[in-house]
Amino acid sequence: MKKNEFLYFALRNTRMQIGLGIVLFFFAVMIIGPSLTDYDPNEYSGPAFARPSEDHWLGTTFFGQDVFTQIVYGLRATFIVGAVGGGLATLIGLIVGFIAGYKGGILDEILNMLTNIVTVIPTLALLIIIAAYLPYRGVVSQSIIIGCIAWPWTARAVRAQTFSLRSREFVDLARMSGMSSMKIIVQEIAPNMLSYLFMALILQFGGAILAAATLDFIGLGPTEGISLGLMMQNAVLWSAIPLGLWWWALPPGMIIAAIVSALYFMNTGLDEIFNPKLREM
Amino acid sequence: MGRYFRRKLLIYLLTFFAAVSINWMIPRLMPGDPIRALIGRAALRAEAADKVAEYFSRIYGLDQPAWRQYVNFWTSLFKGDLGISIYLSPKPVTQVIRDSIPFDLGLLIPAILCSWIVGNKFGAFAARRKRLDGIVLPIWYVFTATPYMWLAILLAYVFGVLLGIFPIAGAYSFAISPSLSISFILNYLKHWFLPFLSLFIVQLGGWAIGMRNMIIYELEADYSRYMESLGAPRKLIRRYAFRNAMLPQITGLALQLGVIVAGAVGTQVVFSYPGIGYLLLQAVMYKDYFLIQGCFLFIVIGVLIANFVIDVIYVIVDPRVRHGMGGETA
Repeated sequence: MKKNEFLYFALRNTRMQIGLGIVLFFFAVMIIGPSLTDYDPNEYSGPAFARPSEDHWLGTTFFGQDVFTQIVYGLRATFIVGAVGGGLATLIGLIVGFIAGYKGGILDEILNMLTNIVTVIPTLALLIIIAAYLPYRGVVSQSIIIGCIAWPWTARAVRAQTFSLRSREFVDLARMSGMSSMKIIVQEIAPNMLSYLFMALILQFGGAILAAATLDFIGLGPTEGISLGLMMQNAVLWSAIPLGLWWWALPPGMIIAAIVSALYFMNTGLDEIFNPKLREM
Repeated sequence: MGRYFRRKLLIYLLTFFAAVSINWMIPRLMPGDPIRALIGRAALRAEAADKVAEYFSRIYGLDQPAWRQYVNFWTSLFKGDLGISIYLSPKPVTQVIRDSIPFDLGLLIPAILCSWIVGNKFGAFAARRKRLDGIVLPIWYVFTATPYMWLAILLAYVFGVLLGIFPIAGAYSFAISPSLSISFILNYLKHWFLPFLSLFIVQLGGWAIGMRNMIIYELEADYSRYMESLGAPRKLIRRYAFRNAMLPQITGLALQLGVIVAGAVGTQVVFSYPGIGYLLLQAVMYKDYFLIQGCFLFIVIGVLIANFVIDVIYVIVDPRVRHGMGGETA
């Protein structure tokens, strides 16, 4: 019954509809895109810097690669980084936050200090220094590095929430009945912040995509294959802007911006769904 | 207050220590040998390459035990020696970075401060104004979701190429040399405007959203309701809410610094703006490891200093911290 209620409000919420619609659209493009194009993402398939046409829907690059094909395959990297990087960051944040918030004491002090340190270190600078020394970089290894560095704010938030839930009566009751800490966290505390965890995952998803785009852009992207950030890098390096090749320079970043804003929209939408006070009547 | 600063300083010292250690450790942990990679580009014969590799190992002290290398790393760091840049060889890394710092600060500080102030004011204004809020909130979300470099590309394309109003590369024209003349300053500002604007717009969204949410939260708080019931004017209540909402925004500024610096890297690359970000791209492209490490350290130090300045400001703004009565110390 309760789940249906959430679903009811979720599907009626405008922000949720728009956000989910955009994300699903690009997801669909990623899935069916490869069957719509006859080219390989890095194949020199046509005349150089051709305008968008029937043969090349979004034109070609400086080298005659098909921009649409590159985008279709680049989207794959985007979604992988979001899912793996964002998922890992949320997971680490959860574990650290739960342990610090529930156990308290010296363990909390240590984890809190660790969180503070990783927060202060500029994430991208750390990513750069790690990525720069990896001779081979894949999309997955990039996501893992991002996940290992992006967790602190989730940990902070989860810790604060756990801290306030810890002294509630139902948790006391569970403790008195002899449940283990692990079980209390999983069965009593986590369900009470499920909505929050879901939102954190969405934000981390978007954050990982943006971080990966920046990394790709300064030349630390996947060494093989293609990604949207890599496309932007090539476009800038090969003077797509002064040459006026807008169909090469603009779409990749626009798609990233569209996907990440759609995720943010979903997030505010979810906020309204889970938090009845904010619901529009 | 003493406890607050001691705690903060401890975190910063530990962070600095961790950053330097990471900087030292990563090249040694990673697969592949940077020296070999370096020599590889010179395309020497095998025996010659071995000799050169040995020579460089000795020069860089790589034949010593690990702990000794670690100590050496710290000593040379305190002497301000970060090695020689390969990309801009024979210039020392410290000097290369020092040359680019004025451009960085000149771009970053105005962009951060302007977007923070304007974003806060605008966000506070839009909160609880239903129609305005409905229009501007989605726009702000799009702003903060935009990759910095993409907005830079867009602005460069529209204002630089299509309209041709602003230059799109460098910090000043090659035709003139830096001086304090009017023509140079105008030229500098013209080059500065688009990078500034792109940094400003992306950050603006985040601050405005944050402030809007905080104001809504504060207006729901008991003290606001109490004042409302006393018949206080709305303007006054909003002013109190604004002052309370400022505090998390100041903390937020400290937390966001790292992200902003990252954004500036992308922006500088698009506009070939000679700050640390652009330097970093060159360093990555030329596999100039000393320069990469130097940039990393400088970014970390810069962010730490900025964090400390924000902490001091926080103490000035929040009397609770000043008098040791708690407040937000995290």
